[in-house]
Amino acid sequence: MTDATSQPSATSQPGATTRLQAGDTTTKAVAVVDDLTVTFATDGGAVDAVKGVSLDVRPGEVLALVGESGSGKSVTARSMLRLMPETATLGGAVYLDGTDVISVGSAKLRELRGTAGAMVFQEPSTALNPVFTVGWQIAEGLRAHGGVSKKEARAKAIDYLRRVGIPDPESRVDHYPHQFSGGQKQRVVIASALALEPSVIIADEPTTALDVTVQAEILDLLRRCRDEFGAAIVIITHNMGVVADLADRVAVMYQGEVVEQAPVGELFAAPKADYTKRLLGAVPRLEASTGAARRAAITSEVEPLVSAKGLEIEYPGRLGAPAFRAVKGVDLDIRPGEVLGLVGESGSGKTTIGRAIAGLTKVTGGSLNVLGTEMLGYRERDFKRHRKDIGFVFQDPATSFNPLLTIAECVAEPLVVHGEVSNPRAARKRVGELLEMVQLPASYGDRYPHELSGGQRQRASLARSIALRPKLLIADEPTSALDVSVQARVLELFLELQQDLGFASLFISHDLAVVGALSDRIAVLYRGDLVETGTTAEVLGAPQHPYTRRLLASLPVPDPAEQAERRRTLEALENAGS
Amino acid sequence: MADTSLVDRHEPLWKRLPVVVQLRRSTGWQRAMLITGVVICALYLVVAIAAPLIAPYGFGQLQGADGQGFPRTAPPSPEHIWGTTVGGFDVFSRTVFGARTAVLVVIVAVIVSITIGVILGMVSGYVGGWLDRILVVVADAIYAFPSLLLAIVVSIVISGGNSSYSGGIVAAAISITVVYVPQYFRVVRAEAVRLKNEAFVESARVIGTNPWRIMTRHVLRNSTRSLPLILTLNASDAILTLAGLGFLGFGIGPTSGAEWGYDLSRALSDVASGVWWTGVFPGVAIVVLVLGVTFIGESLNDISDPRLRARRRLKQLVSRKQASSTEGATA
Repeated sequence: MTDATSQPSATSQPGATTRLQAGDTTTKAVAVVDDLTVTFATDGGAVDAVKGVSLDVRPGEVLALVGESGSGKSVTARSMLRLMPETATLGGAVYLDGTDVISVGSAKLRELRGTAGAMVFQEPSTALNPVFTVGWQIAEGLRAHGGVSKKEARAKAIDYLRRVGIPDPESRVDHYPHQFSGGQKQRVVIASALALEPSVIIADEPTTALDVTVQAEILDLLRRCRDEFGAAIVIITHNMGVVADLADRVAVMYQGEVVEQAPVGELFAAPKADYTKRLLGAVPRLEASTGAARRAAITSEVEPLVSAKGLEIEYPGRLGAPAFRAVKGVDLDIRPGEVLGLVGESGSGKTTIGRAIAGLTKVTGGSLNVLGTEMLGYRERDFKRHRKDIGFVFQDPATSFNPLLTIAECVAEPLVVHGEVSNPRAARKRVGELLEMVQLPASYGDRYPHELSGGQRQRASLARSIALRPKLLIADEPTSALDVSVQARVLELFLELQQDLGFASLFISHDLAVVGALSDRIAVLYRGDLVETGTTAEVLGAPQHPYTRRLLASLPVPDPAEQAERRRTLEALENAGS
Repeated sequence: MADTSLVDRHEPLWKRLPVVVQLRRSTGWQRAMLITGVVICALYLVVAIAAPLIAPYGFGQLQGADGQGFPRTAPPSPEHIWGTTVGGFDVFSRTVFGARTAVLVVIVAVIVSITIGVILGMVSGYVGGWLDRILVVVADAIYAFPSLLLAIVVSIVISGGNSSYSGGIVAAAISITVVYVPQYFRVVRAEAVRLKNEAFVESARVIGTNPWRIMTRHVLRNSTRSLPLILTLNASDAILTLAGLGFLGFGIGPTSGAEWGYDLSRALSDVASGVWWTGVFPGVAIVVLVLGVTFIGESLNDISDPRLRARRRLKQLVSRKQASSTEGATA
C-alpha cells in the first residue's frame, strides 16, 4: 500500500487547478483513487470493469468522469464508497481523507460513508424512501453519525433545505417525497448529502433523469456546492454539455481505463486521445440540419398524411379524480416526405401524440386524421389496412424486441402479419436486405436480441419499422437510450433511409440538438400545449415563445467558453421572466 | 431479461431444458441440492414404472402363490422384508406400488392445472376488462377455502364414492388441480399484464398483429419463465394433498390401488401395539419424495436469482487469473 496523501497523482498536471485560486495547488487531495481494479464474477466468467484507474480530487474542485455506458465510470465512483455487490472483487486503493476505503473495516467504513464521501444518485425518486418525510430522511443521516438531538437534526434539515433552494423549508420539511417535483427531489438528495459536510460529493449522473431546464438548475446548485460549501465533487456523466458547464477537470474513461485526463478547457480545445476526439465529434451540435433547405420544396398544398385539429387526449383519472389532460388542443400537420420534430419535456404530451397517431392511445377530443382515417372513436377493423403504412421505432431498444425470437424473426413479423410471406423463413432474403439497409450484416438475423448492442438493436428496430415501406415513420425518442457516438450513427442512418425511401416522419425527442439535426420543421410542446411551430431554422435561430427560448438556453453545449456565455443568457432570461 | 440472456438458444435442445440449464449453471451446495433432488425423483420414477418387477407381491395380494394367506402384522422377515399389515398386505409391495399412484396423480394434476392456469391467466391478463375481473374474483374465492377441504369436496363430487384405480387417480388429480389452478393463473396473469405494456408487444400491435397471435407468439412464451419453479414446489405440495386425501379416506381403496396416505391411516392403531413397520415405511416414502421435489424447487429458486446464485467457480477463475498476472510480472 502506498501513502496516498504524500504521493502526487501521476496524471495530475500543473494546469489542473487553473480555476482554483493561487496557492491551492498545494492543497491535499481529499479523495485519491490509486490503481483501482474491479472485477465482477458473472455467469459468462470474470469481467474486468475497471482496470487500474488512478484519480484524485482536491477541495473546491469538480472532477467529471466521462464515458459511455460500460466504460466503468459508475463502478469507479461507487467503489469510492465501496458500494459494491458481493460478486465484485476490488483491488488497488481508494483514499478518502487519508483512509483506504477498500481495506477498512465495516464499522469504520460506515463512519466514512456520508462524512468523508456522500453520494447523489441518478434517479431522485428512487433514492428517497417514499414513506418517510424528507426532513426525517435528512435527519436520519445526521443521527447515524451521532451527536445530534432530534431537534437539532430537524433544524439542520430545514437549514440545508433552504440552502439548496427549497422554498418555505419550515413547512416543506414535513412533506413526503411524492409532494416534490423531480428537480426538487434531487435538491433534497443533494441537501441530505451536504448535511454531513462531506469532503467529497459523488454525483452519479445527477441530471440524467431530469428535464433540460431542471438540469440547468441542478447544475447551478452543484456549482454553488463547490463555491459556497467548498466541497469537492466527482460528477459522473455521459453528457459533454454537462461537463463543459460544470467541471474543472475531466477524466475520460473507456473500457475500464482512463484514456485522458485534462483541465476542461484543454480537453475541449485540444483533445489528445483518439477516443476523446471521437466522443466530442459525435455530440450533436445545436444547429439546423443541412437537409432542411433541400426539402424546402415540400409545399403546404400537398394533402397532409397526418392532420390534427384541436387534438385532445385525456387519461381517465382514478375514482373521483378528474381525468388528466395530456394533450390540450394541438394543431399539427405532417406532410408526405417531411420530418417533423416534436420537442418537449417529460409530461409535455409528445409521446402521447405519437402513440395516438399509431392507434396505441385513444383520442378523446378534437380531430386526428391519419392517412384518411379519423382516429376519434375509430375501429381497429377500419384502421387495420393503414397499419402497414405506419412504422414505429420505440425508445428503448432493449425491450422492443421479443427476447425469445431471433432478429430475423422479429424483422419478418410485419411481413408475416400482413401476409406478404407465409412464415419467417420465407422472408429470410428480404430480412437480409433490410438488415443491410440499416448497415447490419445479414448474418445478424440469426442472433437473439440480447446478443446485439443497444445501437445495433435500434438499427434492427429501424429495419423492422421500414419492412413494409411505410409512408409514415413515428420515432419515439429512438436515440435517448443510446450513447452519443452510437446515437450519431443511428441519426445518420435515419437521415439516409429517410432520403432513400422518402417516408414522412414524426421524430419525437426531448433533445433540441438531435431534433435540429434531422427535422424540416419543429413543433414545441409545453404541458400539452403546442407553443411554437416553424421550420428548423426559425425555431432554433429565432425562437418566438419564451418557453422555447428557455429550452434552448438550458441546453448545455459541449464548449466551456460558449457554455459560460449561454449560462449568463439563461440567467438573464430567468430574471426577465420572474 | 437478464435471466433469459443466460440461456444460449443456439445450443442443442436438451441443454436448454429447464432443469438441465440450471444444473449446468449451478455450483457448490446448490448443485449438490439440485442433484440430490433429481436423483431422488428419478429413483421414484424408476420405482413407479418398474413397480411390478420390483415388488414381490401385488398391492392387493393377501395370499402367496401357494394359496396360503399372508400372516397378519408380521414383523419384517425374508418373505415380507418390510412386514405385513393388519389386513395382511405386504408393506413393501404396497409402498412400491404407492410410488406409482403418487407419480401418476402428481403428473396428471400438474399437467392439467398448468394448462388451465396458463391459458386462463394469459387471456385474463392480456384481454382484461370484465372477464379479467370475474376470473380474478373466482381465483381469490378458491384461495379463501382450505385447500384440503376443497380437494375433499371435489373428490366426492367426481368419484361419487366409487373407488376404482383410474377413477380414483383422476378424482385425486382433479381435486388437486382445482387447488393449484389459481396459482398458475395469478403468476401468468401478472406476467401478461406486465408484458402487455412492453414495447415489443406494442410494436406488434402497431403493425396490426391480431390479439391471438400476440398472445401465443409474444406473451405466452415470455410469461412462462417462473413456471418450472412453481411447478416443482406445487408438485411436492400435491403429494401431501394426495396423502391427506388418502388418509381421510377420500382416495383410492386398498384393493384398487396402493396409496401411502390410506396405509398411514390404517397404521394409526398399530402404533400403540408396537407395530412400527406399517406406518414408518409409507411415511418415509412420502417424506423422501416431498424432500426430493422440494430440493429441486428450492435450488431452482436460488439459481434463478442472480443474487443467490453461488459462483464459486468464477471466484476461482479470478484468483487464478490474478495469480497468473503476478507470475507474468515477476517473469
